[in-house]
Amino acid sequence: MDHAAGKPVDSRVAEAMLPYMKTFYGNPSSLHQFGQEARKALEDARTKIAELVNAERKESIIFTSGATESNNMAIKGVANRNKDRGTRIITSSIEHMSVVNTCKFLTTKGFEAVFLPVDNYGFVKLESLEKELTDKTVLVSIVYANGEIGTIQPMKEISKIVHSKNAYLHVDATAACGQVPIDIKEEGIDLLTISSNGTYGPKGIGALYIKEGIRVEPLLHGGGQERGLRSGTENLPSIVGFGKAAEIAKNEMQPEGERLIRLRDRLIDGLLKPIPYSFLNGHPTRRLPDNVSVRYSFIEGESMLLSLDMMGVAASSGSACTAKTLEPSHVLLAIGLKHEEAHGSLMFTLGRQNTEEEVDYVVSLMPSIVKRLRAISPLTPKELNK
Amino acid sequence: MMYTEKVMEHFKNPRNMGEIPDADGVGTVGNPVCGDLMTIYIKVKDNRLEDIKFKTFGCGSAIATSSMITELAKGKTLEEAMKITRANVADELGGLPPVKMHCSNLAADALHAAIEYYNKKRKAADEVKK
Repeated sequence: MDHAAGKPVDSRVAEAMLPYMKTFYGNPSSLHQFGQEARKALEDARTKIAELVNAERKESIIFTSGATESNNMAIKGVANRNKDRGTRIITSSIEHMSVVNTCKFLTTKGFEAVFLPVDNYGFVKLESLEKELTDKTVLVSIVYANGEIGTIQPMKEISKIVHSKNAYLHVDATAACGQVPIDIKEEGIDLLTISSNGTYGPKGIGALYIKEGIRVEPLLHGGGQERGLRSGTENLPSIVGFGKAAEIAKNEMQPEGERLIRLRDRLIDGLLKPIPYSFLNGHPTRRLPDNVSVRYSFIEGESMLLSLDMMGVAASSGSACTAKTLEPSHVLLAIGLKHEEAHGSLMFTLGRQNTEEEVDYVVSLMPSIVKRLRAISPLTPKELNK
Repeated sequence: MMYTEKVMEHFKNPRNMGEIPDADGVGTVGNPVCGDLMTIYIKVKDNRLEDIKFKTFGCGSAIATSSMITELAKGKTLEEAMKITRANVADELGGLPPVKMHCSNLAADALHAAIEYYNKKRKAADEVKK
């Protein structure tokens, strides 16, 4: 139940990809028929991705190597190419590291980056956005829904504010795309990062939607593929897979979303109700269908993960102890959790293959895991260990 | 799994877990802010660690190192116990992931703190007697 970290490629996607490795291996830039077959597959995939997010035209979709590149390209590309519009970039304090570190990098290149606070649910504080948004602001980059806490941002309201000052709005939809309907036109999004693996497509491929008329400087220069915005021979098998994954996600989003929400809420209830001093991170309803993020007082996340792992359950924690750094998740700190609360957080991200039985199994394990670790912890109040 | 079997074994079945209500020495190191906090309780008889127990808030390696140090130290003289290092604990567990060597390998420090606490207390008592 750690689908945010990686999802399996849907078997229908894998099947769609195979011919483009074995039979149709042409280069979409070639004029001969092999090339033209590849070109057609490439453009079909582009159309499917445009349809997933209701982009006005398929040409606005640029294929990249994944969400990290898309975020880099959106932020650096817009900032560098539109200095005449301003040098201020606004983002939030719950962004993915590929947004955080790109913005930080740009501060060494003459740009100014502002990290907006969020409330305890993880909603970006709109009054702060209004306050920080100046005429000098070139770009605002906000995550559609953060993958750690699942909170879905009020994107329509955000875009209204951003556009009142003529800034561009970039949205990182890596965790959200394929799970919840995203409507670029309706929500007023100027640039959108779309992930393939997030929609059960292959890894190593992604896309950036760029609204017509917005100037973006490419990250990669070369043969001029992708309208000159992303040079390099197209990764056709992955692009075809991504297109198929987007098509499936669009067709199955509603029933699958409803199913996941039922499982999600069953898991949240089961993880919190029987255990004292347990809490939900994020918002109870305005959250991604797949996301369950909870915390337990007095114990630490990695020891919970290990305990679950021994019972065959994969989850993820908000504690740094599982990661390369020592700091707990910046997202959990940004929603106002104390360090020890962030360390005590546990995340499950559900997927297509998870069942009610699996949810109930996790729920049945948790009370004894928490009880055991609380018995070991010096922080646990004595009456809890009775 | 990033941990050795030995680490997992101590995590699953920690030795000497708990408190000693009438402990002769108590040592606490770490900080819940960093994600690790451990307390070691000791009972001393004839200059030897007659009993030792621990309580730990932290990750798998924090719990395993706490458990391991109680095994290493039990029955040792205070001087011998003071010589047990963080590296000894990690070695006995078959090694720890590099990122854990610093933050989650505090058990030796907690043991030393408990012994120092005991030594100070005894010294103070001796001086009162004088």
